[in-house]
Amino acid sequence: MVESKKRVGLFVTCLVDLIRPSVGFAAAKLIEDAGFMVEVPRQTCCGQPAFNSGDRATARALAEQVIAAFEGFDYVVAPSGSCGGQLKIHYPELFRDDPDWLARADAFAAKTYELVSFLVDVAGVTHVDATFEGTATYHDACSGLRELGVRVQPRRLLGTVQGLTMKEMADSEVCCGFGGTFATKYPDISATIVAKKAANVVATGADMVIAGDLGCLMNMAGKLSRDGKTIEVRHVAEVLAGMSDLPAIGAPPRERTP
Amino acid sequence: MSAVVTSPAFKANAKAALADTELQKALALVEVNFIVRRRAAADQLPEFEALRDEARDIKDHALAHLDLYLEEYEKRVVAHGGHVHFAVDAEEARRIVLDVCRRLGAKTVTKGKTMIGEEIGINSFLEANGVVPIETDLGEYLIQLRGELPSHIIAPAVHLTKAQVAADFRRCHADLPRDRDLTEPTTLAAEARTVLRQKFLAADVGITGANFLIAETGSSVIVTNEGNGDLTQTLPKAHIVLASIDKVVPTLEDLSQLLRVLARSATGQEASVYTTVSTGPRRADDPDGPNEYHVVILDNGRSNMLGGQFRDILRCIRCGACMNHCPVYSAVGGHAYGWVYPGPMGAVMTPALVGIDKTGHLPNASTFCGRCEEVCPVRIPLPKMLRHWREREFERRLSPATVRAGLRFWAFFARHPRLYGLATLVFARSLAWFGRRRGRFRFLPFARGWTRHRDFPAPMGSTFQAQWRSRRRSS
Repeated sequence: MVESKKRVGLFVTCLVDLIRPSVGFAAAKLIEDAGFMVEVPRQTCCGQPAFNSGDRATARALAEQVIAAFEGFDYVVAPSGSCGGQLKIHYPELFRDDPDWLARADAFAAKTYELVSFLVDVAGVTHVDATFEGTATYHDACSGLRELGVRVQPRRLLGTVQGLTMKEMADSEVCCGFGGTFATKYPDISATIVAKKAANVVATGADMVIAGDLGCLMNMAGKLSRDGKTIEVRHVAEVLAGMSDLPAIGAPPRERTP
Repeated sequence: MSAVVTSPAFKANAKAALADTELQKALALVEVNFIVRRRAAADQLPEFEALRDEARDIKDHALAHLDLYLEEYEKRVVAHGGHVHFAVDAEEARRIVLDVCRRLGAKTVTKGKTMIGEEIGINSFLEANGVVPIETDLGEYLIQLRGELPSHIIAPAVHLTKAQVAADFRRCHADLPRDRDLTEPTTLAAEARTVLRQKFLAADVGITGANFLIAETGSSVIVTNEGNGDLTQTLPKAHIVLASIDKVVPTLEDLSQLLRVLARSATGQEASVYTTVSTGPRRADDPDGPNEYHVVILDNGRSNMLGGQFRDILRCIRCGACMNHCPVYSAVGGHAYGWVYPGPMGAVMTPALVGIDKTGHLPNASTFCGRCEEVCPVRIPLPKMLRHWREREFERRLSPATVRAGLRFWAFFARHPRLYGLATLVFARSLAWFGRRRGRFRFLPFARGWTRHRDFPAPMGSTFQAQWRSRRRSS
């Protein structure tokens, strides 16, 4: 008889859903390979744009929606430190004055993880079955790093990708300037910050820059390609799942060979 | 009379700052001079993180019993022969200072570094009333020559390059030889020292700030690296301390704990060069010191913050670590923030002191990267408080109409998952079709700000959820 697997609800994040579905499939593969069953309940957004814009009512309504949709799972996993932080750290804050919902938010937060920290800290994954020939550098996206303590986990797993050499950039823990709506509200400042980040990436001489948050990746990819740099930009899940043959973020689709 | 608030023009200020090559050169040094040194100092002290907890607890305790400690402090100051003046607002504080100056017939006033002085605009007020204020902190002296506000709370002239300082000295010290060499920082400092030395001796009143007020002894404490504060407060007839209610801590023991995190967080020093504790005026057997000792304790809206969401910012000990580590401050410098306090602590403080209606940009101009909170020696949850300001702004409908409309539009879909699934599918597919050749956009009409500086990666095609469901159905 087959041992019943624990069920993981994949919170795919609105950006991955819209822009880069391959990150969702990579995450699902990694979680399944770690011995879990993955399901994707119907979902929209974690509500962070509303929360960070001061619209608590909308943030709360969306939080209730997410909690209700994912309550039946053993774990909730998101391929993003930013959305993961919203679910795990900020949801309970939203319900501080509502004991019933607070209990539900706390229980939800307790079983919610950012993808790579889930793989390493919960699932006990120690290596992955993936290959990438080249050098890569890793950017620590802010929320994952500071709200969820994601730092060594991705480096540990990336260290097991065959053929991949990791090279640290200067100031890997400094913000890339994305900041959600910040990038659209203060585009000039955001551009200055990402220019510094791009310079640090380029200085490593790496073939690829990796991070765990699609927002930061789109920001860095957009800057690097605008400056004519050919450095590939990829989500950590894609690299760990061995999906590096896909076009990189912001890169043109590969020509189909007949 | 207080400094003009240019925070409403934050965007224009920032744009000008980004285009200012001298400023960008100066800001690049912040990294070397502050971040690296703070890290080294923190790493050398195994108990640094525990000290931060204690520093937070000391300030929290003092704020929880503020009335008690302020009364105790006042009693001690008076017992030593000094005077305490509580000022509700900036105007009252300025009036108190001017009254002391007038009574003593003061013509010139030397000043140590005081951010409260900047907050109440004491210099322009004294000047308008015939009293000449002379800044004696080198950085403050420089910005006084230029008629500027400080751009950093501990390094007021951090926005200036050496070349700019040399040019200002040639302009303002016109009686010195034109062809003198001003290329070395040491020569610049020596020239400032020579010019200022004469002013110290001539001053009738000395004004300093206070890093801390000690309740158990009635002392005021300043930490400096130049020694100018000591000359400012001991040579003139009267010493006026400008402080605010949040500066009081219970004991000298508490002070010593706070000092251990202050200098390390600020400049990476184990201790500042001078830590000066002043208690009352000159006593009969003292070799020197002022005849009068006054402490002006400013409220200016702080007591209203005690019971609310912004209370934690009153723990701030003004080290400047939050701004040194802020990517936005590093990009635009302190003047862009448009008032006295810049950076993350300023973005929390300024709306409280001058109103969120004028300062809405400050809490919004943050990526919420969290590095400020990570380095704050008293663990102020700065991003959380910036978010609270955004909430106030949203509640009072002060945020821009376009932002509110955009949020409403997005929220409608986000709250209806099926509709959202359909809408995002159509959106993702059409955008992917348009971007199918290059895989990115050099221009997008609905993301102009983004595409002005960087490309926008094109979606891959269908949404993840649509693909997932069709794969699961077919398997």
